[in-house]
Amino acid sequence: MTGRHRGAGTTLGPRAAVGVAAVAAANRASRRLGRGSGTVAGGRIGLVLDPGLLGELGRSRRVALVTGTNGKTTTTRLLSAAVSPNGDVATNDTGANMPAGHLAALVARPDAPNAVLEVDEVYLGTVVEAVWPRVVVLLNLSRDQLDRTNEVRMLAARWRESLGRPPAGPVAPSVVANADDPLVVWAASGAVGPCTWVGAGQVWRQDAVGCPACGGRIRFGPGSAWACDSCGLERPPCAAWLEDGSLVRPDGSRLPVRLSIPGRFNQANAIMAAVAAPLLLADSADGASTPGVPTVEEALDRMALVDDVAGRFAVLDRHGAGVRLALAKNPAGWTAIFDLLEEERMTADGPAEGACHLVLSVNARVADGADTSWLWDVPFERLAGLPAVVATGERHRDLAVRLRYAGVEHVAVADPLAAVDAALARRGSTGGAGSARPVVSPTDARWPAVTVVANYTAFTALRSRW
Amino acid sequence: MTSGADPAGAPAALRVVVVYPDLLGTYGDGGNGTVLARRAAWRGIPVELLLAPSDEPLPAGHLYCLGGGEDGPQVRAATLLSEDGGLARAVAGGAAVLGVCAGFQVLGRTYPDAHGRPLPGLGLLDVETRRSRRGRAVGEVVAEPAPGSPRLPPALGGGGLPTLTGFENHAGVTTLGTMARPLGRVSLGVGNGDGDGTEGAWQGRVVGSYLHGPLLARNTALADVLLGWALSAAVADGCVGDLRPLDDEEEADLRAERLRAAGHLARRPERWVRQVLGRPRGG
Repeated sequence: MTGRHRGAGTTLGPRAAVGVAAVAAANRASRRLGRGSGTVAGGRIGLVLDPGLLGELGRSRRVALVTGTNGKTTTTRLLSAAVSPNGDVATNDTGANMPAGHLAALVARPDAPNAVLEVDEVYLGTVVEAVWPRVVVLLNLSRDQLDRTNEVRMLAARWRESLGRPPAGPVAPSVVANADDPLVVWAASGAVGPCTWVGAGQVWRQDAVGCPACGGRIRFGPGSAWACDSCGLERPPCAAWLEDGSLVRPDGSRLPVRLSIPGRFNQANAIMAAVAAPLLLADSADGASTPGVPTVEEALDRMALVDDVAGRFAVLDRHGAGVRLALAKNPAGWTAIFDLLEEERMTADGPAEGACHLVLSVNARVADGADTSWLWDVPFERLAGLPAVVATGERHRDLAVRLRYAGVEHVAVADPLAAVDAALARRGSTGGAGSARPVVSPTDARWPAVTVVANYTAFTALRSRW
Repeated sequence: MTSGADPAGAPAALRVVVVYPDLLGTYGDGGNGTVLARRAAWRGIPVELLLAPSDEPLPAGHLYCLGGGEDGPQVRAATLLSEDGGLARAVAGGAAVLGVCAGFQVLGRTYPDAHGRPLPGLGLLDVETRRSRRGRAVGEVVAEPAPGSPRLPPALGGGGLPTLTGFENHAGVTTLGTMARPLGRVSLGVGNGDGDGTEGAWQGRVVGSYLHGPLLARNTALADVLLGWALSAAVADGCVGDLRPLDDEEEADLRAERLRAAGHLARRPERWVRQVLGRPRGG
């Protein structure tokens, strides 16, 4: 490690040192009081004591920022694993993705030379300005929490403005951007730093039909191509892309993406992280040959071991049956989960039972967005014909009405755990696909009996009851 | 409009057109089209739901739905609709229209662009919209139907609309002219925001509102009012069918819960503070 990247704790002035101590103390107190994981409270106190603290703790390390509407937490986790397989990395793995959470993550690992931070879309500019990241990973942009954040074009414009500004630090960050999302491409194409395009796919195109650059019309196809019919904004040539479960490069080399977490969307997150990892660690442009810097292949190998991302896709035991929890917060996220379930239902040896028996849980708290209209953008019609869809969560009535108009058979059960039990009971009584299987090991992720798909606070509320 | 009954004998369908979902589809308002089509189909009325993209001529229909959208796409939608001319022709021919949020503003005489400059709308509603100086109005809305607001078709009892419930998220102030009548009066939320407490507008068979939710999923009576109007236009084209009551237990349950929740919201002190201060935008 060079002097430039020595642990942050040795470089602090007295004011910052007080701030760090306060963050650490507040985090301990918060944890002891049982008030959450103790990340945000301490961070807030620290920022009040010293608004420059985030920069002081961040600029002395190699920092990667990960942002986008969907996949932030998973990509952050995968990139952390790729960068520091021994866990020597500062990261906000609890999902606290605003500056207070970033500060708490940096304070928690004062000596970690590397930091991988998930950043709320709205805060990208603020955090770039503060911590002078080496790498910024831009995943995707689609409609989400319209009552809290902003319309997606406004977010893309803010990203573009932030990345296009002369860098506050010694070098502009290197950008790793999803070439399949026109909004992301427009935001990244104005960046001062070098940009590496990755074909990660985009399940949700309905927010990208209007060209972000000129208001013209984006045409998709053939294949993964897209272009604006008036200004010429188009899919840039990619340094890597996802194809049939492999990371493919222009030289034709293919690296299979084998993960412990399911779904094409997670493979997409993995290739974004695999491209970002060498860029973060390398001290020169051809970083792959530098000792200690993983190649893209090594980065993928390290990510294969990640099996738990903040409880997502965890299979939990309920009366001897496996219950899998999946998080989906917005139309694009729900669509990606429906893709996964459909894929599983069509795979003979996959967890077909758990892909058929569903509990859907929706809340509308501040972190979820108070307006549930987005439920009508989710293609619930794709669940028609499945048995035993159970609607639950604080807004199960909105969900039930949506399912009625989608032609999906359903029952509503207000309490989420009772809803899980109802789904398990209905599965027994309907003699579902897996009824002849032996009782499964409760932690056997291959054979969940029921899948719960929940939005943010619905997910955490249910998770906390196990 | 459409070309009468199919010569092969199939009855002509009631056509519901969701206008430019690629431009006016940001806030889940496409659900209004889904609600209308399902409620017609459940009654045995032959129905077609058309999602009309902005790069094709607007298809002929009996009921048009315009949703909310971002500033740039809203301007594009208004320009294209004006050039196309199909919507104005359909209204003159008896079609019904529902515009929500940006879609409501576009139906009026003028609406503001992203910089607040007034642009000409379609003029199908006698309303004018300008940019609010008090920030965005975001939150639950409860509105009591205004006197003389649309009534249900006789087949459904001919009564007035019940309380309206929805969620607003807009920065517009809409002023009603003499031809347009208010849809409701807010007891919670901002609505048109012109100081008179009105929410939405209607004129002939054209209805505008700021309420998402979507509006018709949370206010099925209004869906049936629109269907009644559209059906009379469709019958002239050879469509056969009539409206009968549906079992709306789940919708009624949702409405009751939202109105209960709104009661709580109305009593929360910070709500009043925000209304007084004009609610700065979050995020």
